[in-house]
Amino acid sequence: MEIDAASVHYRDLNEEINRVIKEGERHLILKNVNGQRYIGAGLQGEDIRIDIYGVPGNDMAVFMDGPTIEVFDNAQDSVGNTMNAGRIYVHGHAGDVCGYGMRGGKLFVRGDAGYRVGIHMKAYMEKVPVLIIGGTAGHFLGEYMSGGTIILLGLERRPGQPLAGDYLGTGMHGGAIFVRGEVDSRRVGKEVGVEKPDDAEYQMLKKELAEFAKVFHLNYDEIMSTPFVKLYPKTHRPYGPLYNSRWFWQRGG
Amino acid sequence: MIKNNNRYSDPRDTSGCGLVGFINRDGKRVDGSHIIKSLCLMKDRGNGLGAGFAAYGIYPDMADYYAIHMMMDDVNVKPNVEQAIVRFFTIHREEEIPTRSTPCIKNPPLFWRYFVEPKKEVMLTGEGDDDVVVRAVMEINNNISGAYVISSGKNMGAFKGVGEPADIADFFGIEDYRAYIWMGHTRFPTNTPGWWGGAHPFTILDWAIVHNGEITSYGTNRAFLEMFGYKCTLLTDTEVVAYALDFLLRQHKLPLRAAFYALASPFWKDIDIDSRENRELSEALKAIRIQYAPLLLNGPFAILFGWKSGLVGFNDRIKLRPLFAGEKDETLYMASEEATIREICAKPDRLWMPRAGEPVIGMIKEGAESWR
Repeated sequence: MEIDAASVHYRDLNEEINRVIKEGERHLILKNVNGQRYIGAGLQGEDIRIDIYGVPGNDMAVFMDGPTIEVFDNAQDSVGNTMNAGRIYVHGHAGDVCGYGMRGGKLFVRGDAGYRVGIHMKAYMEKVPVLIIGGTAGHFLGEYMSGGTIILLGLERRPGQPLAGDYLGTGMHGGAIFVRGEVDSRRVGKEVGVEKPDDAEYQMLKKELAEFAKVFHLNYDEIMSTPFVKLYPKTHRPYGPLYNSRWFWQRGG
Repeated sequence: MIKNNNRYSDPRDTSGCGLVGFINRDGKRVDGSHIIKSLCLMKDRGNGLGAGFAAYGIYPDMADYYAIHMMMDDVNVKPNVEQAIVRFFTIHREEEIPTRSTPCIKNPPLFWRYFVEPKKEVMLTGEGDDDVVVRAVMEINNNISGAYVISSGKNMGAFKGVGEPADIADFFGIEDYRAYIWMGHTRFPTNTPGWWGGAHPFTILDWAIVHNGEITSYGTNRAFLEMFGYKCTLLTDTEVVAYALDFLLRQHKLPLRAAFYALASPFWKDIDIDSRENRELSEALKAIRIQYAPLLLNGPFAILFGWKSGLVGFNDRIKLRPLFAGEKDETLYMASEEATIREICAKPDRLWMPRAGEPVIGMIKEGAESWR
């Protein structure tokens, strides 16, 4: 079902989306979207699919739980904020704070992502979120990350454009960040170790990146032609001594 | 007027102002409908407690005179204002700023504009026209109760108040003005009252600022600027940025980039890294950081800064507030959201997310006829 979102206020648009889904619609095509916030907010149902043409507003797919949203243009800030399950594919770039507190599902961005992306991502048992950025990312990628997987590819970089910003993985205490190519050690947070991914991790990368390449019609072999490095937390409790030094030293970290 | 309006101020509100601006580098003017359309798309970033516009090129027939936009509590204040104005200036034309009665705008103040020329006899040793204007603005804002200068540049003006963007635009008839630089702002007051004087833009001479964020260094910045005669009277942090840029660019004649490196100076660790690659640059950055330390802006911000020949957008050093840029032919757009730009420029040549602490600069071309 097609909905024309031109000049429609976000509240009316989201009400309409919720209404038609309640009535049984499972595939929505939103045309002329421009800046409407909260599209797909809290939406449940793995069989729901939303195609978006135009630029959706902030907090797209916030708390989303199951559906697939494909954006055929750029997206703004806070895409997939605290999402629980489902898939988001953004064909252009995405703004700041994407994947904030993500707890499940997949978020694929074809182009660059802004600042503070993937902060506080977490994982629990079978819930392991995956965030893949095709281009570059700004400062604080994966800050305070406690679980899940971030993959940064740096495809089609402009000359002089760094792959990742500063404070990469600062305060990280779980999960892993995989970077295609080299990371500049001065950009990496103090709490982060850098090593080569093992075979099992390469198998996981192959599986995820095959899906990424398929979604955006990219050359999978070319993506895999450059080796990856893995960023991991050196300890699961980096700030223990800061707040409770006695407890920390007694337990040995 | 603050007494009337601060009942709306709610300390629990969270931040989220919206800003937008664009410049035509050829100096071609467009009417206000574009800026209104784009700003209204961000209505939900504000909460109706402040909206405003700045426009350059709106008074081509009076371009030689400073346009003093006054906001006054009521008509009783006007004689006091005029007493001060005639002390400093010769008035060439004066009129009420046209406003419409709009259902959503309650109890507006009185708006008046004076096109003036500074009197030679009031100039102190070493003072020029601009210095007299700054001194007059400070005098009026500080000493005349219930009167505030909203803008004081040549061939430009600020229009602002308490209301939603569409209502403030309607109140001032913004669509009827034609400008080559437009700036717009919708406010979501956080730490300071939502009153008419607290709406953005903030201006001095033809420098104008719209801002999203908080200047947590306000106290330090203000104390420093007070030593040079700037008086902060509008109860809002953003005001210091306008005075800081007047100080750096006009009084100290800093190059444009240097001024922005003073306000959003690179971190010491980055200066250290630069010193290995470009010693001269890093020495300059160090000197700026030390010399103008009291003007360093702390806290999260995205700011648009306009003046007669340019428009600059810049962020705090870790980009804690959104800023987006786009370009189509000779027009450079900047806004809090990409959609805001796309609303008035469907197919931009280029769209990008500016990097933290790196100013985006749009300048009028040499020889462009900016009054057309």
